[in-house]
Amino acid sequence: MQQSRHPSLVIELGRRLVRKRDFYAGGLMILFGLVMVLKGPAYRVGSLMHMGPGFLPTVLGVILVFLGLVIAAGALAEPDGADERILPENPQWLGWLCILAGPFCFIVFGSYGGLAPATFACVFVSALGDRSATWKSALVLALAVTVFGVGLFSYVLQVPIPVLEWRGL
Amino acid sequence: MILTSLTDLWYGFGVALEPHNLMFCFIGVLIGNMVGVLPGMGPLATISILLPLTFGIKPVGAILMLAGVMYGAQYGGAICSILLNLPCHPPHAVTCLDGYPMTKQGRGGVALGVTVLASFVGASWGITEMVFLSPLLVRAALQFGPAEICSLMLLGLLAGSTLARGSPIKGVAMTVLGLMLGIVGSDIETGSERFTFGLAQLDDGIELIALALGLFGIAEFMNSINQIVETNTKYSKVRLRDMRPSKADLKQSFFPMLRGTIIGSLCALIPGTGPTIASFVSYAAEKKISKTPERFGHGAIEGVVCPEASTHSSVQGDFIPTMSLGIPGDAVMALLLGALMIQGIVPGPQLITQHPDIFWGLVASFWVGNILLVLLNVPLIGVWVKLLTIPYRYLYPSALFFVCIGVYAANNDMFQVGETLVIGILGYVLLRLGFHPAPILLGFVLGPRFEENFRRAMLISRGDLAIFVERPISAVFIAICVILIAGQIYFRLRGAKPGPVAAALHAPAGDEPSRWPEQAVPAEPGLLSAGTNRLSALRLRGKLILAVVALGLAVAIGFGLHHAGDPASLDISAQKKIQAQPPR
Repeated sequence: MQQSRHPSLVIELGRRLVRKRDFYAGGLMILFGLVMVLKGPAYRVGSLMHMGPGFLPTVLGVILVFLGLVIAAGALAEPDGADERILPENPQWLGWLCILAGPFCFIVFGSYGGLAPATFACVFVSALGDRSATWKSALVLALAVTVFGVGLFSYVLQVPIPVLEWRGL
Repeated sequence: MILTSLTDLWYGFGVALEPHNLMFCFIGVLIGNMVGVLPGMGPLATISILLPLTFGIKPVGAILMLAGVMYGAQYGGAICSILLNLPCHPPHAVTCLDGYPMTKQGRGGVALGVTVLASFVGASWGITEMVFLSPLLVRAALQFGPAEICSLMLLGLLAGSTLARGSPIKGVAMTVLGLMLGIVGSDIETGSERFTFGLAQLDDGIELIALALGLFGIAEFMNSINQIVETNTKYSKVRLRDMRPSKADLKQSFFPMLRGTIIGSLCALIPGTGPTIASFVSYAAEKKISKTPERFGHGAIEGVVCPEASTHSSVQGDFIPTMSLGIPGDAVMALLLGALMIQGIVPGPQLITQHPDIFWGLVASFWVGNILLVLLNVPLIGVWVKLLTIPYRYLYPSALFFVCIGVYAANNDMFQVGETLVIGILGYVLLRLGFHPAPILLGFVLGPRFEENFRRAMLISRGDLAIFVERPISAVFIAICVILIAGQIYFRLRGAKPGPVAAALHAPAGDEPSRWPEQAVPAEPGLLSAGTNRLSALRLRGKLILAVVALGLAVAIGFGLHHAGDPASLDISAQKKIQAQPPR
């Protein structure tokens, strides 16, 4: 990190803070807390004796904002740690995308096509996320899980979802 | 007292040995054992995937099965960590230290053999404790009003989030986040919708299964994809006859087994210090007591036996506060409690009297299940070892499908699959920011009951917060809470340098010891060196834990015995009379 040319303490502290993982952790908590504090009173807070639905959310929001501040401030007090990276050392963007795409495909295909295409799409897409996976291995795995899954859930456990049915868009 | 417990236990065996209950118990431990062996799958994800499938079963069968998954996974995890040096879930990280060296010396079979034995002994003690302690606790807890329940929950939440792994303050933040997620949906008293953001599907609140599978399914898969090390099965050829420990082995492991059991059962009694801490503490203690501490880390049999016994005794002991008070100690217990609530059973001290079949059936099924596990593990060891070689690239896509269909089947609602997805992303972000998501579940399950009781307590006291310190029992709980917080702050200010043990307990979430054994379990044998300053953090924490245990136990047992002479206290009509009395 480049040395600050301005001797201003505030700027230096700020720079130190931005490098910290806990700064973002605290920030996220403050964000959640603020949502509750701002939205809570809209549900009527009431008094301690007759608490309205908004009472607990508001109180929890205040606590969460406070905790977030403490976490972020703690980041300032600690020296630079070794582990301040938010992303892991080797980010698996493709893997993450595939894992998230799996359930998404399940929702889309399940809503419009039934259990069999949903299962196939979910397993196939998410299997592609592994480094060593090939189209062929993903295809085989997806087919196997589809046969097994449809058999188990549709025929044995009788989950009410059509196996294959075009419901239109 | 003791006689009553034994009669009830006999009744419980009747319940647990009914053919269909026995079958569910068997399915549970079988699946649990299988999943425990598979690298990269935790008991939390398994229980939540199985949860929707249990809706059609009667509550007793469902809870027996889900509990079976939990302790079955503990057995399976030991196999994984001893033979592959892969701690499939955190409590077994310590077992690797001496288990894997034993495997390398060709004594892996013996290690597995004594592990099965130690697990059984530990579990049996935990169950015995449950049989005799739970009724005592219940007697005490039946006298609790809303204020006491509230402060007890507060204690449970605080202990669960600060004593577990990770930074205490982040743990508390996660608990608050969990409470907040529990608020989403219709308010119990007024029915007004809160934080639903106009989505009608959120009116009933966030689904427990969606939350659990998002946090422990999808987020975990994102955490482990392409990170699981190739499994090295070079040493893992174990046959049945290799498992028989010699007489010398048995003699050497007898006392460590007992010590581990005791440590585990102590750790189980306070919420938040579940099996993981129990195993770390017992390993450190065993090493300290040992006359030859230098053997530890090079395949000392005591180093395998002691943590395993304590893990199991603490796992069973964890059920005590969960079942008798309705206060879960960790995320797995919260999930089991959630499963009971989905079945329409209200957790709390009245559970044992109102649903004796569930409680005593569960206790008895622990024994049945543990015997089944010994039978499963000894002859089938070859099958389990084969399972170890299933690569992760086949596992996670299939598991992802089970997640999707499980969430869907819970309510036949595609929206909840989307809910799981969103929670999964949030969970992964939290993991990367160094939060442990487990306390979220704790807060989520306890949240609605906490709010309800808090409101009632405030109504009774006419809005006076002093009720929490004026009523004696509640005051004790609040005092323990204060000691907990003050202790944490004190140790932090004193700057206890975290020793390696504490460091392992506090490993940042991104580097779960369950995932990267090379990092979590450094190869150097001095990891748990008895050097005083290196263990200081652990010892300080240990003292705090012991103080809390002693205090809590003294209060609970004292109170329980005080009312033990009053045979009517378990009688429901008498209980109503007591509640009708004006607050003291």
